Formats: sequence, structure tokens, C-alpha cells
Amino acid sequence: MARKSRKTPEINAGSMADIAFLLLVFFLVTTTMDQQKGLRVQLPPYPDPTVPPPVVEQNDRNVLEVLVNSGDQLLVERKPLKIGDLTEITKKHIQNEGRLPNFADSSTAAIVSLKNDRGTSVQRYVQIYNELIRAYNEAREEYALKEYGRSYKDLPKDSDDAKAVRKKYPMQISEAEPVEY
Amino acid sequence: MSKFKKNKGKELPAINTSALPDIVFMLLFFFMVATKMRDPTVLVKTAVPTVSEVEKIEKKSWVNHILVGPPINAAVSGTAPRIQFDDKFGQVEGANGVQTYITLKKNEHPEAIRDYLTTAIKADKSVKMGLIQDIKQELRKINSLKLLYSASEGEVKE
Repeated sequence: MARKSRKTPEINAGSMADIAFLLLVFFLVTTTMDQQKGLRVQLPPYPDPTVPPPVVEQNDRNVLEVLVNSGDQLLVERKPLKIGDLTEITKKHIQNEGRLPNFADSSTAAIVSLKNDRGTSVQRYVQIYNELIRAYNEAREEYALKEYGRSYKDLPKDSDDAKAVRKKYPMQISEAEPVEY
Repeated sequence: MSKFKKNKGKELPAINTSALPDIVFMLLFFFMVATKMRDPTVLVKTAVPTVSEVEKIEKKSWVNHILVGPPINAAVSGTAPRIQFDDKFGQVEGANGVQTYITLKKNEHPEAIRDYLTTAIKADKSVKMGLIQDIKQELRKINSLKLLYSASEGEVKE
């Protein structure tokens, strides 16, 4: 009665590739590879209505005033300016170190104040923000190259060097409290 | 002279395809991981501005989206810019407002990381900042201060 030991027949794996291809095509088609990109901004905390806002004496020279009106026109330090020149003037402001009288005392004290109208378009606002961030990025890059001989991008984010660069050029872009006109 | 005729008549050996499923599976797993299955129906037009200094978001699941733009179906919803959360239109304030939505989204995450959640405002180029400002004020009121203006990477055009 001894049963003949039968081998289980081998499973044909030839169509496995077809099945995998089918799934692959499905995921290929449904995948959206869009990356989340944009300008990162930190908002100021909401002011407590019961506490009056603290009066901070800001030396006028340390604040670069940027205004955008509802016609998307730019006013920097009360003078009209083209958007293409904004990066340059911002860099001049933060890298001034007390040289020119109407720009900042030092890079750490420099503030850019951005004020916009309710009618400003998102396009123009984001562009202007971009120019300001670009100015800071370029200033940081130059400082990193000069001090550490390396590009700021190559410095590890948490390293002391990168922190020193950020401390030297803190991105102080202040968005004004919205006002009703 | 027969040097070049050596292989004539002989068949090429068949290419071994046994590793093919492995390669395909590798690709498959990649796309499975990279796929985000549910894309909410977009109700508003959002042609984002193009700028040069964009940053990438590392943790996609830590981002909440607010879409702002003119409705795609203008015949039904008009042409004035509207706000969209997930699948539906919303308002700035009230029960269907920014605060409610972001608080709801925050509660889906463990408490430890709630402060790291970013709000991405994907606004159409043409939208006026007044509306964005109102949204920003609402976000400040509930202390969600990390913000991202969605933009695509490229050279700035005048």
C-alpha cells in the first residue's frame, strides 16, 4: 500500500512578469510625481488683543521698507523700483555693515519690512518674497564661501558652521499687520 | 577567409529572461511607494507663480493644503476666487472655515508633531492678497505659523 511519493508539479512562473507588468502600468499611470515646492514662510504669532503691542524702537536705517500697491508696483524706501533691482538693493542693505548711512548698521540688525495692499496679486507678492529670499541666500552663500571656503548648500544643515552663517544673516522679513485702508 | 563566416548557421542563444520579473517588481514597488492614490477633485484653478528660490517639502504628510483660485466651473460657482479644502469649497471664517479645517487636520496627527505641520497655500497667480491675508490671519489665530506659498521652480518672468 505504500504510496508512490509524487512530486508536486512545478508552478509555471512565466506569466508572473505579465502580471507584474500589468500592475506596473497601473501604478505608472496613477502616479502623480508632483513635488511640493514653494516659499517657506514663518508667520508671526497672533497679537493678544488684551496686551498692547510693545513699542520697539527701530532705527530707521535698519529697516528696509518695501511696499507693494494694488497695481503691483513696488516702492522701496519711498522710491519706485523695478522688481529686477530688488535683490541687489536688499543685499546692499543686509551687507552694509554701517558703511552707507541709509542702510543697515549690521547684518544681524537688518530688517526687511514687507507691506502689501489687499489688491496686490499673489503673483507679484510671491515674486517679491522670492527676491528677498534670494538676497539672503546670496548673502549667506558669499559669507559661507569667504569664511568656510564651502558653499552654504554643502554645509550640513545642523552643523555649527551653517548655524553661524544663519546667525550672521538671519532672515528677518517682517510682514506688516494688515491695515484697513 | 572563413574567419567571418564562423557563426553562420548557428542560432543566437536565447536571452535569459528569468530576472525580468525581479526588475519589473522592483519598478513596481517603487511606483507603489511613490504613488499618492487619492487626489482630491480640484474645483478651483491654481496656476501658481514661478519663482527661483523654492524649497522642497520633505514630509509630504505634514502638509495641509488650502487651494485658492477662481472656480473651474464658472457657470455654477461664479468667477470670484474661492477657497477649497479637500473636496469642497470653504470659507475664511465660520463652521466651514480655515480654523475648523486646520484644527481637524491637526487632530489627525500625534500631539508631538502638531507644531511642525505646514499649511501650503496654493493660490492662483491672479488672486488678490486680501483674501490670502484673511487666511493668514485665521492661521495665526490658531497658532499654525508654518506657511508655504506654493510655487513652481523656474526663472522669474516680469
